[in-house]
Amino acid sequence: MTNHWVDIKNADLILIMGGNAAEAHPCGFKWVTEAKAYRKARLIVVDPRFTRSAAVADYYAPIRAGSDIAFLAGLINYLLSHDKIHHDYVRSYTDFSFLVKADFGFENGIFTGYDPEKHSYDKASWGYQLGDDGFVLTDPTLQDPRCVYQLMKAHYARYTPEMVSTICGTPQDAFLKVCEMIAETSASDRVMTIMYALGWTQHSQGSQMIRTGAMVQLLLGNIGKPGGGMNALRGHSNIQGLTDLGLLSNLLPGYMTLAGEKEQDFAAYLDKRSPKPLRPGQLSYMQNYPKFFVSTMKAWFGDAATAENNWAYDWLPKLDKTHDILQVFEDMNAGKMNGYICQGFNPLASAPCKIKVSGALSKLKFMVVIDPLATETSEFWQDHGEYNDVDPTKIATEVFRLPSTCFAEEDGSLVSSSRVLQWHWKAANPPGEARADQEIIAGLFLKLRELYAKDGGAFPDPILNLTWRYKQPHFPSPEELAREFNGRALADVTDPKDATKVLVKKGEQLNGFAELRADGSTACGCWIFAGAWSEKGNLMARRDNSDPYGIGQTLDWAWAWPANRRVLYNRASCDPAGKPYDPSRMLVAWDGVNGRWGGSDIPDFKPDSNPTDGMGPFIMNPEGVARFFAVDKMADGPFPEHYEPMESPLANNPMHPDNPLARANPAARVFKGDWDSFGKPDQFPYVATTYRLTEHFHYWTKHCRSSSVIQPEQFVEIGETLAAERGIRSGDHVRVRSNRGHIVAVAVVTKRLRSLSVEGKQVHTVGIPIHWGFMGVARNGYLTNTLTPFVGDANTQTPEFKAFLVNVEKIQTIV
Amino acid sequence: MALQSLDIQARSATTTPMPGVRGTLDVAKLIDISKCIGCKACQVACMQWNDLHGEIGHNLGSYQNPQDLNDTTWTLMRFFEVEPEPNRLEWLIRKDGCMHCADPGCLASCPAPGAIVQYSNGIVDFHQENCIGCGYCITGCPFDIPRLSKTDEKVYKCTLCSDRVSVGLEPACVKTCPTGAITFGSKTDMIDHAEERVTDLKERGFAHAGLYDPAGVGGTHVMYVLQHADQPELYGLPRDPAISPLVEIWKGVTKPLAIATMALVGFASLFHYVTKGPNAVSKEIEKEEEEA
Repeated sequence: MTNHWVDIKNADLILIMGGNAAEAHPCGFKWVTEAKAYRKARLIVVDPRFTRSAAVADYYAPIRAGSDIAFLAGLINYLLSHDKIHHDYVRSYTDFSFLVKADFGFENGIFTGYDPEKHSYDKASWGYQLGDDGFVLTDPTLQDPRCVYQLMKAHYARYTPEMVSTICGTPQDAFLKVCEMIAETSASDRVMTIMYALGWTQHSQGSQMIRTGAMVQLLLGNIGKPGGGMNALRGHSNIQGLTDLGLLSNLLPGYMTLAGEKEQDFAAYLDKRSPKPLRPGQLSYMQNYPKFFVSTMKAWFGDAATAENNWAYDWLPKLDKTHDILQVFEDMNAGKMNGYICQGFNPLASAPCKIKVSGALSKLKFMVVIDPLATETSEFWQDHGEYNDVDPTKIATEVFRLPSTCFAEEDGSLVSSSRVLQWHWKAANPPGEARADQEIIAGLFLKLRELYAKDGGAFPDPILNLTWRYKQPHFPSPEELAREFNGRALADVTDPKDATKVLVKKGEQLNGFAELRADGSTACGCWIFAGAWSEKGNLMARRDNSDPYGIGQTLDWAWAWPANRRVLYNRASCDPAGKPYDPSRMLVAWDGVNGRWGGSDIPDFKPDSNPTDGMGPFIMNPEGVARFFAVDKMADGPFPEHYEPMESPLANNPMHPDNPLARANPAARVFKGDWDSFGKPDQFPYVATTYRLTEHFHYWTKHCRSSSVIQPEQFVEIGETLAAERGIRSGDHVRVRSNRGHIVAVAVVTKRLRSLSVEGKQVHTVGIPIHWGFMGVARNGYLTNTLTPFVGDANTQTPEFKAFLVNVEKIQTIV
Repeated sequence: MALQSLDIQARSATTTPMPGVRGTLDVAKLIDISKCIGCKACQVACMQWNDLHGEIGHNLGSYQNPQDLNDTTWTLMRFFEVEPEPNRLEWLIRKDGCMHCADPGCLASCPAPGAIVQYSNGIVDFHQENCIGCGYCITGCPFDIPRLSKTDEKVYKCTLCSDRVSVGLEPACVKTCPTGAITFGSKTDMIDHAEERVTDLKERGFAHAGLYDPAGVGGTHVMYVLQHADQPELYGLPRDPAISPLVEIWKGVTKPLAIATMALVGFASLFHYVTKGPNAVSKEIEKEEEEA
């Protein structure tokens, strides 16, 4: 979230799209009801289904699954053509006036630089026109046809209300009603928040859906403001912590990135990630990247990381390609992997195309599963009849199950969607032989290190030199790990302006990432967490809920990254002169007397930068402003464009009916062998979408009796029209088939899934909750990823679980 | 179950006067359907607080699970897909359970002394140790709430967490509700809060928003804020609930008659015993039973 859960109470308008907060985030949803009850906020829900969120919404608009970019692009067109944008904001805080390279272009659905063979773009033309001084050329009059504003206006003018309705199936009057309500928040004292989740991420163009939402918020001036922002609702209590700590195949902690295999040169690696300002007077905070990187390496390798060995840069893996979950199972399936350690992850249920995952796991020599529960993955080799029809005699994979503790059986920190690191304490002892995850990993590591020390190996250095300073080497304590990610001074850290002034003494915990140094004098396991456990103690354990400004800014409750800041980009809540756009909801303001920024939040800005200096509020961007034109940061284009889901009921993209290359996302991740696994609408005419239910949490709570009592058995949702066409009544058993397999479930026939008129034809949606499997106490069911396609978003490789094709038939009798 | 006997205001099948010295606050639970997201947290909290371990059943084509109230399901989210106006779909979700009527039909109809009590704070509670399992309370309830258990032939329903309330805690469902759709307090405070909510709903276009606190049962200690108070049927609620006339007949005329009849039978038996001596089993019958 750019903002935080409590801050939602400050919103005047709430748009839930690409998510279902009431269903999936019922506790956080309380802040929506607060905003409605006490700020008279309105709630809009745009979703293929009339959801639990829609049940308490002021306005609901239906949309075809996977067509969100078209809807939002139409909204952008509405805002621009009705002049419902926040002029002051977009002129001062965005790239509206920036000039784009002359050779950048977009034709018939494809941006310049496309290579159909590689299914990807050469992004050389996706950039700015630069002056001789290295700064971006601009046209403050916004008249130049190459300025971002003009390009964007032309790009989105094509998304008329008629086109939106054609693509999305949203009735025009409903679309326009939503536009009108949202447009009101272009006023300085009206703010909208957007709440989204996997309904936007799990598409082959998911990253661009989110970008389009962010562009709407920028046009309205709603980023950086209380009650505003782009708010990603994270599904797992610590999934935010997972990404923060860099547990993705291409990341290092704190969103630093691993080098590619061509980046053997350390200086070039750092240089590329430490961009110089692209406009005069801008901060470009990521110029500090070397400090973050070197401190991480010192935390990992201690004295073995030196200036001479480039802080052990050579010990880090260099990526030949991203090794995300889709790639891992592709490689496993191709027999290129023979062992797999699966920690806190149930890929047989969570990864797309179960048959492919099951086949891949069957090719392993061994698999280690670290989990509190007996997961479907750990039992993938067992025959569970129709639910897992495999022959154990044909599977040679040896599976080791190492039971781990669950969150309530250990101390530690969890990072919420609000970026708040909150310490928690053990409530119960773990059962049986369950051990904490860090204890299991420590055991594996110590044994591996012993073997490398004894027997040597091809490349023992990173293992043998890893620091392991824990008092009990077999059990690194949560406190030690937390102190480690916060970081400490390895030598006295002095003030850069005054070398005689010591900021932190050698051996002390750091107060924040501003104290990090690139000379090896600081160690920090995750730079964005610096400050969470300083010499003041464990700030994550704080529980002071005082709210001095009355807008939910409880800065002494736990600790938020970065720097305990609760609303990102909060400088943008003020006008260029430093005055809050809405003084009744002040986050920060310029204090001219003391020459500092201050207020109810930690300023997301250089704290002493006078507004007259003209520094932009988006200090992490070298431009100092927010980007509508994404330059080369996205894999699939600088402006979001509507593409059909990989499996779509339409033969062509209505935006580009004559160009088959632009039907689905031209840069989506598809492996060669998987093209044939996609279904066609003649055989699979209905749009399917998968989702979660409030009664269950993923595949865990089917192991829990109470949750299974209140939602006992697998079902699918079918609209009344489709049900009538197929002779299905509520309670009947139906078979849902995709080109990859089938499931059998009880039909819930509902008014809440409307048939939509898309490009003149009726499109039906089948809703598929995901929570069932063949382990646990709830009634056994099919893993729904039996149905889903093996295709990933062009940027994140997130699988397309939210829009694919199925067929449905009634089963006369259940055997 | 746990309130002191001093705070009992009415007791089933009991004619002795109730204690009246202490004055307690009238309590109420207010369920704001416009804030309810149907998450069923209240349903789970009820099961957990009350140690109820229900069956893992089947899905019969609805979000509503279990399908109905039962001896281990004292509260249940009921889901209604309605169109109060053409093309305006609403998904109304109502937390069903005992309404704790001021004039409780269950208590009125109960023949077992002390099986049903009403506390002076308004909570209507079943004391299962006194329950004879006759099921009259089920007939007497205008809201179809009490359920007879097949396990022990006793009747169960929501206690409004009388055990928690008696020590100053809110009911478990209120404690757990994530959106504040369920609130608990004095009845007057809850009515005041409901008025604020009704004002908000009217301003959002629900012209007939209102409070459900039906007079036919003397008002209730569980009340609803309804978006469509003019159409309680949309939520599966009776429009004008009242105690069944059968209960009135049973209590008003039949019951004294029945008691008189029973007394007469008793007297007749006594008379028979005194005049004829105890009934004796014939030798033949005893022999048959031994052989069997």
